[in-house]
Amino acid sequence: MSEKKILIAAEQPIAGSALKKSLGMTSADVVFEVRESEIRGRGGAGFPTGIKWNLAGAASGSNKMVICNADEGEPGTFKDRYLIENYSLKLLEGMTIAGYAIGSSHGIIYLRAEYPYLIPVIEKAREDLIRENLLGENILGKDFNFDIEIRPGAGAYVCGEETSLIESLEGKRGVPRNKPPYPVNSGYLFRPTVVNNVETFAAVPHIILNGAEWFQDLGIGDCTGTKLFSISGDIENPGVYEMPMGSSIGELLEAAGAQDVQAVQVGGASGATITADELDRSLSFSDLPPGGSVIVFNSSRDMIDVLENFIEFFVHESCGQCTTCREGNVRLQDAVRLIRNGEISSMEELEPFFQLAEVMKIGSKCGLGQTSPNCFIDIVTKFIDLPAGKGGV
Amino acid sequence: MPNISVKINGIITSVREGVTILDACGTAGVDIPTLCYHPDLSLAGNCRMCLVEVEGWRTLAIACVTPVTPNMAVLTHSKKVRHARRTVLKLLLASHNANCSECERNKNCELQELAEKHNITNNEYQTSPKPESIEEVSPGIMRDNSRCILCTRCVRTCEELQSVAVIKPVGRSSSVTISTFMDRSLNDVPCTQCGQCVIRCPTGALFETSEIRPVWEAIENPDKFVVFQTAPAVRVGLAEALGLPIDRSTGQMVAAIRGLGVDRVLDTDFTADLTIIEEGHELISRLKGALVDNDESVALPMMTSCSPGWIKFIEHKYPELLPNVSTCKSPQQMFGALAKTYLAGKEVIDPASIVSVSVMPCTAKKFEKERPEMRDSGYKDVDYVLTTRELARMIDEAGIDFEKIEEEKFDRWMGDSTGAGVIFGATGGVMEAALRTAYEIVSGHEIPFDGLNVEPVRGMEGIKEAAITMPEKMATGFEFLAGVTLKVAVAHGLANAKILMDKVRAGEADYHFIEIMACPGGCLGGGGQPIPTSPEIRQKRTESIYAEDAALHFRKSHANPEIQLLYAEFLKEPLGQKSHELLHTHYIKRD
Ligand SMILES: Cc1cc2nc3c(=O)[nH]c(=O)nc-3n(C[C@H](O)[C@H](O)[C@H](O)COP(=O)(O)O)c2cc1C
Ligand code: SF4
Ligand code: SF4
Ligand code: SF4
Ligand code: SF4
Ligand code: FES
Repeated sequence: MSEKKILIAAEQPIAGSALKKSLGMTSADVVFEVRESEIRGRGGAGFPTGIKWNLAGAASGSNKMVICNADEGEPGTFKDRYLIENYSLKLLEGMTIAGYAIGSSHGIIYLRAEYPYLIPVIEKAREDLIRENLLGENILGKDFNFDIEIRPGAGAYVCGEETSLIESLEGKRGVPRNKPPYPVNSGYLFRPTVVNNVETFAAVPHIILNGAEWFQDLGIGDCTGTKLFSISGDIENPGVYEMPMGSSIGELLEAAGAQDVQAVQVGGASGATITADELDRSLSFSDLPPGGSVIVFNSSRDMIDVLENFIEFFVHESCGQCTTCREGNVRLQDAVRLIRNGEISSMEELEPFFQLAEVMKIGSKCGLGQTSPNCFIDIVTKFIDLPAGKGGV
Repeated sequence: MPNISVKINGIITSVREGVTILDACGTAGVDIPTLCYHPDLSLAGNCRMCLVEVEGWRTLAIACVTPVTPNMAVLTHSKKVRHARRTVLKLLLASHNANCSECERNKNCELQELAEKHNITNNEYQTSPKPESIEEVSPGIMRDNSRCILCTRCVRTCEELQSVAVIKPVGRSSSVTISTFMDRSLNDVPCTQCGQCVIRCPTGALFETSEIRPVWEAIENPDKFVVFQTAPAVRVGLAEALGLPIDRSTGQMVAAIRGLGVDRVLDTDFTADLTIIEEGHELISRLKGALVDNDESVALPMMTSCSPGWIKFIEHKYPELLPNVSTCKSPQQMFGALAKTYLAGKEVIDPASIVSVSVMPCTAKKFEKERPEMRDSGYKDVDYVLTTRELARMIDEAGIDFEKIEEEKFDRWMGDSTGAGVIFGATGGVMEAALRTAYEIVSGHEIPFDGLNVEPVRGMEGIKEAAITMPEKMATGFEFLAGVTLKVAVAHGLANAKILMDKVRAGEADYHFIEIMACPGGCLGGGGQPIPTSPEIRQKRTESIYAEDAALHFRKSHANPEIQLLYAEFLKEPLGQKSHELLHTHYIKRD
């Protein structure tokens, strides 16, 4: 697969050029361009960014907000950190364009608690941009003000969920809200709010400069643009890779030098776990939703250990608000223990737990509880040998 | 909002746009199980009990928070929904200390009821019940987190209805608990002991500190003379607590208590009338101080003092306004002080042998009776406080058939009451009773409201205001009030009290007299009343209270013959020396 790099390419557009171009357009045209690019949110859920901006722009309410989700709490994900470390000018520029597009003059970066060393990096970029009149008052001489503040995260994985993040920003306990209302209508302090991932904002200047069509052509089919992946686990070259959307998982593994593959976890703990037979599946919203992280497990790994770790993570990270997630993950943990101890020997005995997993997926309040059973379903059905025979899919 | 049509289980129903699926199902007559939902509170959507299927949705919908949209098609008992509900119940029960027979809420528990309704007879999930963790130190309220389902109804109650906010979810994941700041006991935080959280808890995780045992022991002790007093709101709650329809049941209540083996059954309404006489005179004297003597030290508006939850609230939150609070003790404590002095004399009994028990719609009264100031009789003025629910339990235990029992009358000396005393049980009642008496004292005429019903202070509005202009011709000695417009306000629920107090503190209120009840609806919605509670239930109890008032011969406190006798024989005059010794008190600033 071609090295189609834009986000982390050696050559980067001049800082401010995309903003300059945006300010020459109407805000509606900026939203239109982003919408035409068909870029979908890079934070995991994959909501079309242009539609989100359109909704926030059209929402009634003053003091609209642009929030960058830099909480990056998914285990094995470090692509946002990489972007901030190396391309923070572009992130701030993307946020500023969003501010112009939806009519907001205030941006917040919600930065993962473990990334305090990135604060000076962002601050410096901010000061540089202000000096260049690319941020602050009357940007580029126009009647447009926008500034960005950095707020440290609360340290919980669930605070990466956008409504939980907003609660946390409001100084409350970081637990997800009921939706509707969605943040685009009523977010931070009830104001219309756009929340986007670091990578989503970072892609925006490229879209503005090169056009929606160019961005579409970078990807495959309806999966437009490129995507960053943090690869870790049993591979030779762990790190951040940029690939066109829709690339196969095999191509990505090849780039990272994976030799012995038993299983690949795509999209973090809450994503899908696939076998070595499924490496031609594509990294796309229609197949394997490409969250930030890809973790490779070689044949020496006992997958029940892997599963136990993931479930433990969810038991620990559930905010504890809703029954299905708070209690459900504990019961899935029970099931893993029962399997390990040989107290569950057949698929029939696991039936209540698969049912539970289904109810968690469709009955939990936020993405955490809705996706936490994925690893259980995938690993148990594909990797675990029960005394009465392997389950099979 | 216009009406839209939605399909519920295939049947087209017309509902207002924007109502929740739960409300829409209610309109269509379809029952949806709920746990975290409560009609008095904001929507939490955390228990996931009310899951329903919406055509075209990837996930199930939460009926209690999701608004309907045009042509939405809802299924409320599809296979998916049934599985989900049963799973939610099993998950809750798996970590629940479900030994129902030892639980306060056995047979009146929403979790138990739903488990039964959904036929949960076995649980495939391994159970790991939380260990019992009863916190016993607070005089009014106990908690047992092992029965808590984390619905946050208590948290929302304390914050939204009471503006107290001392309980919160703490921690996360499966170790979340409802707790206080630094996990202190309720006794060591500004909890008002109002018990509003208790009556909104769906399970047995919150309950009153029970005093049933010592009361039985007193009744069973032949050397004790057990005197019961019953608060106004108990008579409109007791039938309900015994599983009967909401209605007033004064005569049956008296008979049933007597049936327990109690020596005297007397009425808190009597001391409610007494409160009106004392408080009415206190108000008039404060007005005189302010209007005639221009005495700067007189604190106005004067505020009522009969709700101990409210007193504790103001002691914690607005101590600078304590001089505004009437020095009158609550009717319960006036009764207690008189029981071991006046009544002991009338009955010729050693006060040391009297056990004074009050039946209250309130958990804060349990706290109030423990206040060190409440020993003016030389003894503990009130020994035990039972809630309406606890009395119902004793009646049940004694095997008394409340439906069949013949009505009886209160005993004498402190058993007479008037309609004015009865309406103390409803928000606005103290104000109305005070106005009925004060107006007549100062003007010599009955208050000019049809049938003595002071409608502007009645009803469920959170804050009510009224202005009453005195006639030009006043009774002798009260000429200074001629033509004066008396401005009053009434608030119920501490969140409303807070709004009023903020106004008073900011100097933005020109009231003369304010009535505050800690509990929504007044005492009839008290923390010791039957569970559940809702606006409709409180409305029905209110109707019963006013029906009782209308049915009584005497409607004005000063007309109570036993009150007249009490002053003639014992107290001599309102605000006199004996009154000051026994019936008035002071307050303290609390952190
Ligand atoms: C439990 C949980 C954790 C999440 N963590 C993150 C995160 O760390 N970073 C992020 O950008 N999105 C995270 N999300 C997704 C956000 O809720 C939200 O969809 C995203 O920030 C929107 O931005 P995007 O449209 O640009 O992806 C998380 C979601 C869930 C349910
Ligand atoms: S799904 Fe889990 S993390 Fe999300 S709100 Fe429910 S309990 Fe909290
Ligand atoms: S709270 Fe309800 S279900 Fe739990 S033990 Fe008590 S009665 Fe039983
Ligand atoms: S008793 Fe009242 S003040 Fe105390 S926790 Fe319950 S609701 Fe809050
Ligand atoms: S104590 Fe009762 S009301 Fe409060 S969260 Fe627990 S179950 Fe709900
Ligand atoms: S009743 Fe709807 S989620 Fe609890």
